Amino acid sequence: MNKHNYIKVTLKVWRQKGPDQPGRLETIEVPDVDTHNSLLEMLDHLNGQRILDGKEPIEFDNDCREGICGTCGAVVNGIPHGPGKEKTLCQLHMREFSDGDVIVIEPFRARAFKLVKDLMVDRTPLEKIIQAGGYISARTGGAPDGNSIPIAQEIAEEAMDAAACIGCGACVAACPNASAMLFISGKVSQLALLPQGKPEARTRVLSMLKQMDSCGFGNCSNHRACENACPKGISIRHIARFNREFIKASIFGRSRNIA
Amino acid sequence: MHQLESNVPAGPLAEKWDRHRMEMKLISPANRRRFNIIVIGSGLAGASASATLGELGFNIKTFCIQDSPRRAHSIAAQGGINASKNYANDGDSIWRLFYDTVKGGDFRSREANVYRLAQISSNIIDQCVAQGVPFARDYGGLLENRSFGGAQVSRTFYARGQTGQQLLLGAYGALSRQIAAGTVTMFPRHEMLDLIVKDNRACGITARNLLDGSLETHLADAVILASGGYANVFFLSTGAVSCNVSAIWQAYKKGAFFANPCFTQIHPTSLPLLSDRQMKMTLMSESLRNDGRVWIPKDPNDKRAPNDIPEKDRDYYLEEKYPTFGNLVPRDVASRNAKFQCDHGKGVGPTGRAVYLDFSDALKRDGKEVIRRKYGNLFAMYTNIVAQSPYETPMMIYPAAHYVMGGLWVDYNLMSTIPGLFVLGEANFSDHGANRLGASALMQGLGDGYFIIPYTLADFLAKNGPAGIGEDDSVCGESIQSAGLRIDRLVSINGKRTVDDIHRQLGKILEDYVGLARNENGLQTAINQIRELREEFWNNVKVPAITDSYCLNLQKAGRLADYLELGELLAQDALERRESCGAHLREESESDEGEAIRDDKNFCHVSAWEYTGDESAPKLHKEPLVFENIQLTQRSYK
Repeated sequence: MNKHNYIKVTLKVWRQKGPDQPGRLETIEVPDVDTHNSLLEMLDHLNGQRILDGKEPIEFDNDCREGICGTCGAVVNGIPHGPGKEKTLCQLHMREFSDGDVIVIEPFRARAFKLVKDLMVDRTPLEKIIQAGGYISARTGGAPDGNSIPIAQEIAEEAMDAAACIGCGACVAACPNASAMLFISGKVSQLALLPQGKPEARTRVLSMLKQMDSCGFGNCSNHRACENACPKGISIRHIARFNREFIKASIFGRSRNIA
Repeated sequence: MHQLESNVPAGPLAEKWDRHRMEMKLISPANRRRFNIIVIGSGLAGASASATLGELGFNIKTFCIQDSPRRAHSIAAQGGINASKNYANDGDSIWRLFYDTVKGGDFRSREANVYRLAQISSNIIDQCVAQGVPFARDYGGLLENRSFGGAQVSRTFYARGQTGQQLLLGAYGALSRQIAAGTVTMFPRHEMLDLIVKDNRACGITARNLLDGSLETHLADAVILASGGYANVFFLSTGAVSCNVSAIWQAYKKGAFFANPCFTQIHPTSLPLLSDRQMKMTLMSESLRNDGRVWIPKDPNDKRAPNDIPEKDRDYYLEEKYPTFGNLVPRDVASRNAKFQCDHGKGVGPTGRAVYLDFSDALKRDGKEVIRRKYGNLFAMYTNIVAQSPYETPMMIYPAAHYVMGGLWVDYNLMSTIPGLFVLGEANFSDHGANRLGASALMQGLGDGYFIIPYTLADFLAKNGPAGIGEDDSVCGESIQSAGLRIDRLVSINGKRTVDDIHRQLGKILEDYVGLARNENGLQTAINQIRELREEFWNNVKVPAITDSYCLNLQKAGRLADYLELGELLAQDALERRESCGAHLREESESDEGEAIRDDKNFCHVSAWEYTGDESAPKLHKEPLVFENIQLTQRSYK
């Protein structure tokens, strides 16, 4: 760990009071950024000064500050969650930037994600996709012993890879079609790999896909920008598995009614 | 006034819960839909309770502050969940898990509650597997286990270093199913600002819609608080930004006794402080202590890089002092020892407030791939923040506020001193005594939500019927009015200090005087300084006057106002408890080696505090702890 290094940066941050209000990029000079801090810590410090000066703080979603809750997210210099691989916005540290840099910070943009305020967007459509079938129907209390079905270690590892999705929506923001394919594939893939997911596999993939389409997400045309932006490194091979599940289900299955 | 009745059923320990379930009243399936339940919080306890009660047919309204139930801070738990399956065939049993947990809690928890938890622990694992939680598996395809602090058996189930995430997503899946089914209505971006109590029964809440600032009345026949812990009172903690005490604090002010608030856990392995503008501490899972070895240079003046320091010049102080448990001593023991070494000038890192956690032996023994599979995400997190790789050089770690064993007092049915108000998970006080063992919080949250509350709540409703209050009742309007007045007051102060600035100062007072080591003078100083700081807050805080759209700073102001009151109660409780036990160390009651010396004669009880008003001292009630099945001993991990 090095001694403290302070740099000066210029922010261009998206400001918008509400979903139906006009928005714009506001230019803010930040003269004393501690490079040990994360970008969000820099914004916290900036907001503290703005509040004391009577200016409106910049609103952004955030919570765990350790890359696991999926709450935070913004497009920094054109990249969802900013430069560097496999990190969320809250894990982006100011040592990634140099003195004098201009940093453009915008919300995730997708037709399915309505803007709420400043950098905050509404990701409720992702909830709806899960509600359409992203689970195993296992009523509390009736479960057999945990070891009753052995699961090969490599299958368990692959399922864990798919299950690592934090639901941040960066994949949607990165995709030129604003598709939620990587998001939906993570869950479908996890549950398709595990034996417990088999009974509902066909209904699940068709119902979730129907919900994803009705939420206004785009279709997948294999750009792979999603995998590149994913802070958890979720692979597009899960999209391949999703597609296979979809084809199997389309021939033999049917989707549930969705509210 | 209220007498503390634990309502523990009679009979042998191992039969209490089964007998209770036979004797508790039921509500028939057709009648369940007549009852409305409110759940505050969507973490492990809140989500599992909401989903299970929804499956049973009750009408549930679940509230969370974030934009989705999946954001609850349970998601960040890393290391694992305990259960007494004994798959590892190394001597585990319900009894042993029960005993380890009570001993780990330094004999300050309620025996029957802990036994029940050990009893249902296996069901939790089964439920999670059924939900598709991708637990680690061994080569034969069976569930894998690892060890955690305070245990000599391998009883912890895990999913890489992301167990909390996977367990929460399992519960979130079950919750999502019920939302789709219509039994649960979800209210994300809603914060509970007040509890509505009428005729000594909890019957609703006032909630604030965080998007437009509007205040709403929600009524119910029972209210469940699963709002998590208050470790964030220390400001620098491993908690999330939104972690708060507010929901249980409002309940405290309406008559729910607050138990053992001073039992706060400082976790031994967190990243050290790197900057004075840092907003939180980052946890490194206790599971790392399975394979990492804790050491410091023998010579305090040795400033060599760690890899240049040969074995003979290293002090593996935990292995040296505690041969039986070594690096896997319970958290309070590990934290105190780290602080002890640093206080004596033997710490490492740029601030001297850190010790090494070294993986070189494990890497040599097992190879990089095995270590990556177990801890990959944790090592990546470390590298990202510190710009060093634990594959190449030892980690630097230091204790940080992480969890709270204290919370609202509950009886055996998880009901508080307010009838109809139930408290689950970290928000309640019951199972971990004065120190929580690793991998037991996940167990408790899910145990409470999946397997306890569905029974005890039905019994309450069957015996008491609906709450029978309507929105036109005057208590509803009064509640909304008082919540509104507080917001108006906060935005009108227009002072010169920010919320975060004052919160940081509160955290420093607590860290200095109410942290790992406490003494009479320091605690009194803390109480005085907190009172002054609270006064300063109400006269000098500046909160933007943005009340009709999302404003995080306004939310934080309300939460800090509550923390400034809790902080004082915390210090008061620490002052009152003139003994050491578990994580609560009073320097006046400490051995030469820094171990806690309990005073069972005078303090073998739960301290339950009753609110008597903002300006008057709270009243202390004591629930004696009687151990019928365990012999109290001085904890030793040597």
